[in-house]
Amino acid sequence: MLAYVIRRFFLLFFVLFGVSVLLFGILMTFSPERRAATYVSSPQQAKDIPRIIKKFGLDDPFYVQYVRWIKELSKGNMGWSLVASRPVGEAFWRYLPVTLEMNLFAAPIVILFGIWLGTLAGIHRDTWIDHITRILAIVGWSLPTFLFALVLLMIFYGHFQLFSPGVLSDHLSIFIIDNPDKFTPFTGMYTIDGILNGRFDITLDSLAHLILPVMTYVIVVVALNMRVMRSGIIEELSKEYVTTARAKGADKKTVHIKHARRNALLPVVTVAGQLMAMSMEGSIAVEVVFNRHGIGWWLAESATQLDMPVLMCICLFMGVVFVITNLTLDILYGYIDPRIRLT
Amino acid sequence: MSQRHPRLRELKFTLYRIIRNPSAVIGFTLLLFFAGVALFAPQIAPPKYTYNPYMMPHKGFSPTPKPPSDTNIFGTTSGQYDIFYGAVWGTRTAFKIGLFVVGIAVLVGVTLGAVSGYFGGIIDEIIMRITDIMWAIPTLVLAMAIVVAFGRGLDKIMIALAMVQWRWYVRVLRSEILTLRDQDFVQAAKTMGVSDLKIILRHILPNAIYPILILASMDMGSMVITASFMSFVGLGAPKGYSDWGQMVALARNYIVGPPDDPLKFWYTIVIPGACIVLFVLAWNLIGDALRDAFDPKLRRR
Repeated sequence: MLAYVIRRFFLLFFVLFGVSVLLFGILMTFSPERRAATYVSSPQQAKDIPRIIKKFGLDDPFYVQYVRWIKELSKGNMGWSLVASRPVGEAFWRYLPVTLEMNLFAAPIVILFGIWLGTLAGIHRDTWIDHITRILAIVGWSLPTFLFALVLLMIFYGHFQLFSPGVLSDHLSIFIIDNPDKFTPFTGMYTIDGILNGRFDITLDSLAHLILPVMTYVIVVVALNMRVMRSGIIEELSKEYVTTARAKGADKKTVHIKHARRNALLPVVTVAGQLMAMSMEGSIAVEVVFNRHGIGWWLAESATQLDMPVLMCICLFMGVVFVITNLTLDILYGYIDPRIRLT
Repeated sequence: MSQRHPRLRELKFTLYRIIRNPSAVIGFTLLLFFAGVALFAPQIAPPKYTYNPYMMPHKGFSPTPKPPSDTNIFGTTSGQYDIFYGAVWGTRTAFKIGLFVVGIAVLVGVTLGAVSGYFGGIIDEIIMRITDIMWAIPTLVLAMAIVVAFGRGLDKIMIALAMVQWRWYVRVLRSEILTLRDQDFVQAAKTMGVSDLKIILRHILPNAIYPILILASMDMGSMVITASFMSFVGLGAPKGYSDWGQMVALARNYIVGPPDDPLKFWYTIVIPGACIVLFVLAWNLIGDALRDAFDPKLRRR
């Protein structure tokens, strides 16, 4: 077990190293002139480009520039974000809470709802419940997140005048900007800050703004979770211990909930990493459409403005999160099912 | 003809299973429809600019969409681009994206996966570690970074997605091959002196190809979704190009109409949107039917 964890940690650093080389390699496909041009704001300064290349060593060999970049990264200097007009590191911490807040609300719903529906479909296999959830899963799978979000916005915001896009209603965000002494952003998440500051109207308002994003997100992501749970249940129900339990007179509920569902949860844990990647991708579309200024919105906005430092920073961050999640899941997997020997 | 080739018999049985599945029937019907539209696009919607048939024709530059009429049966979107024309030629764009991305990804992924799984050892280690690195970043995010580096455009999106998506096929095929590699029929072929290439092509791939087919069919849809989202954000096709994602992007400012009729411009979003959803749905239904047809647990019950 310990040897496995050490090996995985070694692998973690290897993957991060690889990801950083890959990202830097992508950046280096820009010619030195093109990279130098980001320092230039007017045509008159264009003649400075050779000087800039010299000054920052933009035509040095790959490894020299790479080592320089890593050195700066380790000092916490990740570059400048055009979109946020502040350093990337600082901007990152401003945008992260918004994304985190949405995920905090959506993840439990995705997990619980997916497990519940999957179990239901698995138990009632080949009945109408199964067929309906199956159709829903395929349709959910086929819905592009951004399109679904747009249609929800069209219906609920356009037609019913409910749930406007954004993070907070205008009058409340103006209040917060005007009175920095009355509202302290402890976490950056308005739902929690509202409670901490005793302003429940802000909490309620930001909750109302969360409804549509969370809804989009759940419907698009829940399908995978549900299908995996369903096949897990079907697999478990065909095993001998279930037959034994039934033969000994255990009632249906005990067999399904206590025996089968517990074991069927294992495959769900294995796809959790994939779910994580899906939710990262999903949050980009949701944030762009609902105009929530979080990491995903920042990424899309930076991509359209060709802001490479931001893209590299976010890719690296997602790489770290993804690799650590998978490591944690693998270790967790060994705990949940001691039969699995980690080697 | 009493004793037919077992592989042929198996294929016939599989086809029978697929045809009996209602979701496959719907899927194939939808796909045939889209394929027909793509094939006969020049007849259905004759191009106005023959040198660049993918550009949607537009009369005038008014940003306000116009409702369906006799000349524009699906109406016009922002910039007076004809929605019907865009929907028809967008089918070609969607097929182009899907076939190109999935084709390259399957080719690269299957080659690497087969080599890695069959030979093992140091080659396996190198290929799998590279795959691990690619695996660490979500598809959309990595593809966006590559598109930014290469410059905007639909072709760049397709290249970027193909560069990212092959990693799936490597992993899936490798794990399939690992279970096949040590089975008796492969060992028998080896002792008979059959070359490695021939063993992989004739004995291993036909047995390991089903999961790849399922994955490829699902990917045809999901790659179109990803590409259309990137076009929607503004990284892909230029304004006026017949691409469904780009058409949704054009309509983005018109999702909410004037106060007295908030759903006035529904057609600008719903029509290209429905095209995307139905196209993806067709592939997903086929993928789902293939999964059922190839599932050994459900076979011959």
